[in-house]
Amino acid sequence: MSVITDPPQQGFRISQLLYDTRYRSMTIQIIALIGFLVAFGWLINNTLANLAALGKPLGFGFLWEPAGYDINQRLIEYNSQMSNARAALVGVLNTLLVAVLGCIAATILGVLIGVLRLSKNWLVSRLMTVYIEGFRNVPVLLWILMAMAIFIEIFPQPRDFRGEDPVATMKIFETVAVTNRGVYLPGPIMNAGSGVVVAAFIASLVAIFFFGKWAKARQEQTGQILPTFWIKLGILIIPSMLIFFIMGKPIGMEVPAIKGFNFAGGIYMRNSLIALWLALSLYTAAFIAETVRSGIMAVSKGQTEAAAALGLRPARTMNLVVLPQALRVIIPPMISQYLNLTKNSSLAIAVGYMDVTGTLGGITLNQTGREMECLIILMAIYLTISLIISGVMNWYNERVKLQER
Amino acid sequence: MSNISYVRTEMLQEKAPPVTQTGIVKWVRENLFSSVSNSVLTLLALWLLYTLLSHVLPWVFQSSWSANSLTECRSAIAAAYGEGTHGACWAVIRERFFQLIYGFYPPELYWRPNLAFILMLVALAPVLFDKLPRKMLWFSAVYPFLCFWLLWGGSIWLPLSIVAGFVLGGFAFKLIGAQFGNLFATIGAFLVPILWWMFAASPVASGIHSAIPLGLEAVESAKFGGFLLSILIGITGIVLSLPIGILLALGRQSDLLIVKAICVGFIEFIRGVPLITLLFVASVLLNYFLPPGTNFDLILRVVIMVTLFASAYMAEVIRGGLAALPKGQYEGADSLGLDFWQSTRLIIMPQALKISIPSIVSTFIGLFKDTTLVSIIGLFDPIGLSTNIRADSAWNGIIWELYGFIAIVFFIFCFSMSRYSMYLENKLKTGH
Amino acid sequence: MKKSTFIGTVAAATLAAGFAAAGTLDEVKAKGFLQCGVSTGLAGFSNADANGEWNGFDVAFCRAVAAAVLGDSTAVKFTPTTGKTRFTALASGEIDILARNTTWTFSRDVDLKFSFVGVNYYDGQGFMVPKALGVSSAKDLDTATVCIQTGTTTELNLADFFRSNNISYEPVPIETNAEAQAQYLAGACDVYTTDASGLAATRATFENPGDHIVLPEIISKEPLGPLVRHGDDQWADIARWTLNALITAEELGITSANIKDAAMSAGDNPEINRLLGTEGNLGEMLGLSADWAANAVAAGGNYGEIFERHIGEKTAIGIARGLNAQWTNGGLLYSPPFR
Repeated sequence: MSVITDPPQQGFRISQLLYDTRYRSMTIQIIALIGFLVAFGWLINNTLANLAALGKPLGFGFLWEPAGYDINQRLIEYNSQMSNARAALVGVLNTLLVAVLGCIAATILGVLIGVLRLSKNWLVSRLMTVYIEGFRNVPVLLWILMAMAIFIEIFPQPRDFRGEDPVATMKIFETVAVTNRGVYLPGPIMNAGSGVVVAAFIASLVAIFFFGKWAKARQEQTGQILPTFWIKLGILIIPSMLIFFIMGKPIGMEVPAIKGFNFAGGIYMRNSLIALWLALSLYTAAFIAETVRSGIMAVSKGQTEAAAALGLRPARTMNLVVLPQALRVIIPPMISQYLNLTKNSSLAIAVGYMDVTGTLGGITLNQTGREMECLIILMAIYLTISLIISGVMNWYNERVKLQER
Repeated sequence: MSNISYVRTEMLQEKAPPVTQTGIVKWVRENLFSSVSNSVLTLLALWLLYTLLSHVLPWVFQSSWSANSLTECRSAIAAAYGEGTHGACWAVIRERFFQLIYGFYPPELYWRPNLAFILMLVALAPVLFDKLPRKMLWFSAVYPFLCFWLLWGGSIWLPLSIVAGFVLGGFAFKLIGAQFGNLFATIGAFLVPILWWMFAASPVASGIHSAIPLGLEAVESAKFGGFLLSILIGITGIVLSLPIGILLALGRQSDLLIVKAICVGFIEFIRGVPLITLLFVASVLLNYFLPPGTNFDLILRVVIMVTLFASAYMAEVIRGGLAALPKGQYEGADSLGLDFWQSTRLIIMPQALKISIPSIVSTFIGLFKDTTLVSIIGLFDPIGLSTNIRADSAWNGIIWELYGFIAIVFFIFCFSMSRYSMYLENKLKTGH
Repeated sequence: MKKSTFIGTVAAATLAAGFAAAGTLDEVKAKGFLQCGVSTGLAGFSNADANGEWNGFDVAFCRAVAAAVLGDSTAVKFTPTTGKTRFTALASGEIDILARNTTWTFSRDVDLKFSFVGVNYYDGQGFMVPKALGVSSAKDLDTATVCIQTGTTTELNLADFFRSNNISYEPVPIETNAEAQAQYLAGACDVYTTDASGLAATRATFENPGDHIVLPEIISKEPLGPLVRHGDDQWADIARWTLNALITAEELGITSANIKDAAMSAGDNPEINRLLGTEGNLGEMLGLSADWAANAVAAGGNYGEIFERHIGEKTAIGIARGLNAQWTNGGLLYSPPFR
């Protein structure tokens, strides 16, 4: 190896900033930063100048003033005298509610449809194709509006349930009322002693979890397989039921009944929630189904055949061989579908569901005239939710990723 | 020798296979009733189909096309098909068809959007189908200005003076490049057109216009609506987002820390918020960000926000294309001694863009569907128009006919585009 | 090529951008038309027909202002605004005047920095219920489901009313009138509440208007009026006095039928003469031509004519004059004198 002598040292020249690759990237970065800051500063400067000219300096004090309006669906206590911030919080919870419900329903539906689309049954697989193409190629806003219109136009109004010979009757043993204002479901009534039952139920859930771990460890050590499903089901039901009867049936069921203009009692799911939930999950399910289908098809046939050669039964092949591999393909696009669903839930505003866009970005914005502040907070909230979802899902993705060794 | 043989001397005619193994019966057995669970599924599907169709079909066909209001329509249906029949009032589509397509665009000028649409297909053809002569790309380059002029009308000199900016930029690049080298040429090619647009383009255009008035009747943005508006916002958004998306994707891949941070921040911010909040920004905030007194009309503001929105998604799509390129392409470019911009322009981008076309098309489908959200901020896209039509006392209470029509038109557009992207995907697949 | 398009569009947009720094009047004269914000569609007040022509009570006021300023009642461009966008559209200079049945309230006037130029319709929030419900007073509405149009003062009034009367209710916020109507008719809500004029307009479009009643309670004052930005008093004066001119014209008996003759030469009544510019120089004081008020009245008739044509008892909407009659007829319309 020959030793390369250092080139003769020269003093630093300005032109090196442009022509010397060591410095050029630095120059470009600094120019970019300055350009960015100037542009950003220009925007902020304009904004402040404009707001000042209108006499509306930026301020968040309005958040603590009474909101003045009522919200129909609230998961926490709220009335019109509470602050705008509280109203926004009610909205955030409503957003999260519909997003979580939607993600669960979309996943179940999507997996089902994706699998059915691969079915050998000609009719079923064609129907699923029609479903997928139909839902994917029409705007989700239209689906939401149509779901709401179906609810309003087709189902009976609560008034029809009244009288000697009502036009409409309650479904499923007279416990569920489906009206055009929403669905009234029977709800639990907690009497004294119900806490014990609930505690027992939670305890059995914990027991199931540890039993599962123990059974798995045992299988890995001894190779013996327990009928875990039946044992788990037993643990889930038997102790809770026993305690339920021992304590003298402390948990009752409250059936909704018509009272005044509406049904009262039980659980009330508003039509805006159901329409939004339904439309979002049906729409997203179409996308998830495609993801699932391509995920399953991505697992090579040799894997299934090898599993069969090892003597694994079809169900175990699916659980232990195909699904873990398909999941790696399915999960990343699934994350973006969940994100899309959450973001699309902001279309709640079209059916009057009071999510955060409806409260903070809707009524509060209209009533206080603080567009700038409201929209900044609104975007920050959505950004946080999105980042949390993608963070959690990426963490999960890391876990199920193929361990390359 | 007896003539008795113990085996047959001639072959028997082939017998027809059992009826369960041929034709329709076999097909039905194999495809519909191969197992118990399959049979249950089939029956379930048949029942579902029957319930759906038995409700929808009579409604679709026991309809009225000629009435002038909802009440008239209902009585016409009752008269034709008997009392209590629920039929569709397609008459509303007949009456408002052109409004749903063109919005409030002046009817005598419908030829302009029509022509723009046809020319768009011509301009898109060389991009989408690579068998066509490359010379046609020149038309694609000029098309945006032509389209702008056709739709909005006004003096022809304005779009021409803007095109002149690019010509000037090209000249600047050549002239300065010959004298001072590549770097200054690039800077010049950026600066000259910008200076031209900011200070000279408008006076020159109006100057020439006063001397040689040549132009079309101007149509204001407020008259745009219906599917014309959806297509306009969708196409402009996607076309404008392409260059920004490319820059963002390159920035996100670059080693320059600050540039990368800015690009990642922008992309993640836009992708983290719903489009509707960005549209709220367009409708209520964008004017605050600009110097006092500047004022864009709402459609332009929406286009700006939609472009920003789409460019973040586009950046991710193109990043995917860049990541899919084999590393040898980058190394090959380096070994030829090309600098970053040369290799990007000549080697990396053409290939990355080609792989990304299917994803770009699906981004476009998504964006096109999302243009319906502009109805929430009061623009008259098809859904916004449907609300407006329902505010008319003659059509008060009509829902399904309008939603159904809009859904079908969207379906036709989006479905054909998604088929195209599948065709493209298959074509690209064979290359490997 | 693609990048170029972007810059090109922005450049074109900047060229098209106006400069609001000059007075609104000069600006309107310079561009040759008035930019007027209206609602996206409320029968009788503003809606676009199949040809895209705007009609209605609020629209007529915009046309009158355009006639006063530019002498041409068709020199108006209408910007449909929603409850959310209306104030920013005005504040940002996108529109010159907002005539979108907007309630004049303290906070809108003072906090949001707008100048209401008067009241063109005295309204109040009411309730509409189906007759079959058997309700005769809003106090009987306990547990009812109420449809409200969001983005208006009505949802605040509603919350106050039910809270002070200790009645529980279920609000259903809805974006547009058309949607609210659909839900109300299908029975998804028991009650529809909005301004009484809106209720009348909505009820008029029903198949069987007789099946629905408007309850006697009016739970709020809703003076609806056109508004302009703070800080341009000349423009506010023009809008204010155009409205007053329409009202005064009715009071003085000047209609679109007789205005041609009356404006031809000075008559016996000095106030009419001053109003129509045949005497004095009121127009000049406003920075307008002498026949500004004559033009405004000629555009669509006086206040009474506009009322009767768009929302009056002969129309499908069928609203009686009530509070909106001249003060001489027991109403609240009382224009300051033209002197």
